[in-house]
Amino acid sequence: MAARRIELMLCTGTGCVAGGSFRIKQALEEEIAKHGLADEVSLVPTGCNGFCGQGPLLVALPEKIFYGWLNTEEIPFLVQEHFLKGRPVKKLMFTPPEKKEPIPLLGDIPFFRKQMLLVLRNKGLIDPEKIEDYLARDGYTALEKVLTSMSPEEVIEEITKSGLRGRGGAGFPTGVKWKVCRNEPKTPKYVICNCDEGDPGAYMDRSVFESDPHSVIEGQTIAAYAIGAAHGYIYVRSEYPLAIKRMQLALEQAREVGLLGEDILGTGFSFDLEIREGSGAFVCGEETSLIHSIEGKSPEPRQRPPFPAQVGLWGCPTVINNVETLANVPVIILRGGEWYSQIGTATSKGTKIFSLVGKINNTGLIEVPMGITLREIIYEIGGGIPDNKQFKAVQTGGPSGGCIPSSHIDLPIDYESLKEVGSMMGSGGMIVMDEDTCMVDVSKFFIQFTNDESCGKCTVCRDGSEALLEVLTRISNGEGRDGDVEFLEELGLAIKDASMCGLGQTLPNPVLSTLKYFRDEYEAHIREKRCPAKVCKNLIAYWIDPQLCQACLICLRECPAQSIYGEKHIVHVVDQGKCTKCGTCLDVCPPHFGAVKKLSGEPVPVVERGVRVERKKKPKKGAQEEVQV
Amino acid sequence: MAKLTLDDLRKKRAEAQKSIYLREGEFRGKITVHMGTCGIAAGARAIVAAFLEELGKRGMNDIMVTTSGCAGLCSKEPMATVEMLNSPPVKYGELTPDKARKIFKEHIVGGTAVAECALGLGSERGS
Repeated sequence: MAARRIELMLCTGTGCVAGGSFRIKQALEEEIAKHGLADEVSLVPTGCNGFCGQGPLLVALPEKIFYGWLNTEEIPFLVQEHFLKGRPVKKLMFTPPEKKEPIPLLGDIPFFRKQMLLVLRNKGLIDPEKIEDYLARDGYTALEKVLTSMSPEEVIEEITKSGLRGRGGAGFPTGVKWKVCRNEPKTPKYVICNCDEGDPGAYMDRSVFESDPHSVIEGQTIAAYAIGAAHGYIYVRSEYPLAIKRMQLALEQAREVGLLGEDILGTGFSFDLEIREGSGAFVCGEETSLIHSIEGKSPEPRQRPPFPAQVGLWGCPTVINNVETLANVPVIILRGGEWYSQIGTATSKGTKIFSLVGKINNTGLIEVPMGITLREIIYEIGGGIPDNKQFKAVQTGGPSGGCIPSSHIDLPIDYESLKEVGSMMGSGGMIVMDEDTCMVDVSKFFIQFTNDESCGKCTVCRDGSEALLEVLTRISNGEGRDGDVEFLEELGLAIKDASMCGLGQTLPNPVLSTLKYFRDEYEAHIREKRCPAKVCKNLIAYWIDPQLCQACLICLRECPAQSIYGEKHIVHVVDQGKCTKCGTCLDVCPPHFGAVKKLSGEPVPVVERGVRVERKKKPKKGAQEEVQV
Repeated sequence: MAKLTLDDLRKKRAEAQKSIYLREGEFRGKITVHMGTCGIAAGARAIVAAFLEELGKRGMNDIMVTTSGCAGLCSKEPMATVEMLNSPPVKYGELTPDKARKIFKEHIVGGTAVAECALGLGSERGS
């Protein structure tokens, strides 16, 4: 068989699929066939590449040329120019904002440069639907090593030595968990993979399932061997159809070749896995709720201890590990706990995957060594804040985490440092906020979420979140009262103390951390009826500056509430009574006029209707702006 | 598929590794076939096919075959540049599939440039 000269690694993670990567795949196949290149060029659908902000995307090997923002119309040109004639297409390459020249090679793009790939070692390099691709990248070598040359105790020892801690958020040492479970006399034992990822803006676990499902199966099988389990479950939310499909396929492939099932590789060890789909309740990420859900009961947490490692599924000892934790296991086994423990900080070893989203230039999925600073993540990997806006805060840990202000930008990230500043690692969501973000609004958003998701078992979580939400809503509506801030603080601390599970214990974090770092914003809302970021609708007004308005009619026509008065040559005026504060006028006002202003905390100046416009001449290129009456 | 034994697994893994070498990114040499319109008209596609066939036949996984635009010397097409690690690039012109096979055997595998087909040392960028 003749060799191939190009491999196209086309991202087919959920993000790129939503952007049309399956249609692009079809277009590529058609064009490749049309030029008779099918024998020379092959197309490999991969899992998430990570640079989701550029999707749909592909990487052309062997040179590793990165193409983003693809659409089907560009494909014929791309195939002819690059894959046939060998001229890489500049216009489809990544160009950093405010730069002119594109960066052709993946390895030269800053987004990829500071990353360290252990869990995502195969990202963009294998077809997740082919077990052969996983095998080719040393897949199941760790399992082979464990089953042929290590005792369960040695496996646990190696994991303990590595310092690996749970990646689901709480950060419990994985080796300790396994040991406790192994030492329980009761059988059978179970091992569960927790893929009930529910934080808004977080999609690490989904991506691991979609890009490298066998790495999780291998890790979980090793965990089963270590604790002495013969059966395991994969708990995944049903909102992840592509992840479930790929995992299902991977399980079938592993079973077919005997990497799951009876007498694996002829070593006498037997283990099998099945998928349980959750309906997407946030609380199911809590391990005791998850167990109840698998048992077919209502997903409510229960008091711990006893911990699931002692009394878990069906009352039997059960290890529950997060997806990312399990995907780390084969790497640790192959390269040694000692090696792994050298990565990271004193208390947090290895790498962590974050989903970098929000007001950031390079959105996507990143894997970085523990101890990296927020500054490196936001400015080097993330490429900074769009439109040269100011960085204000970053929310880590999702609804259970807190907002970290810009003053902590040099904070090295690990489990302890995040806790110290009032946030947490969580599963790895990282939402970046700029100067236009209102912190009261952010708190309200997260409390709305946890209030919806509280299972209702503990009064203080169920009703406490309701009370927090009520007060926050009042403050953002401009009806805040003296004493509200103190009330939020007191209630927040009480909810933390009196809730049974992690959901309640952490839900006040967004409120408490914003109160700690942005108390002045709360005060401005309450005392001055002003929203400093100009977000809270009841506290802002849109106003057209009569000195700047050129009566161009654009805002007047676009206003969905028809609340702008005026006509040609007559200054436009917003009717404050009718305005719904949608912001359309501000968006459509031509930037060189800049006549629409957002006001907060000050009276809206009254503008007379029917005034003729003061016409401003368009400034000529290079000339100083002149104003003519 | 039957259940794997340890040996089967290792064999299957070694077999699979052969098919993904383009992703590993370690190459000892690079063949660039010039594929401008002039090159294609002169038969550059057949040259690419000949190189790929030789590569596949030998199961070699450390040679990259790539294409580039017109090199400027259209009358000498089809042309190819061979760059082996630690030696200067050699540009070949007026190729045929048979000449390509000979170059593959003698230069890529054997390590000696085929003087009769060479236009000169160095790529158009100078070296």
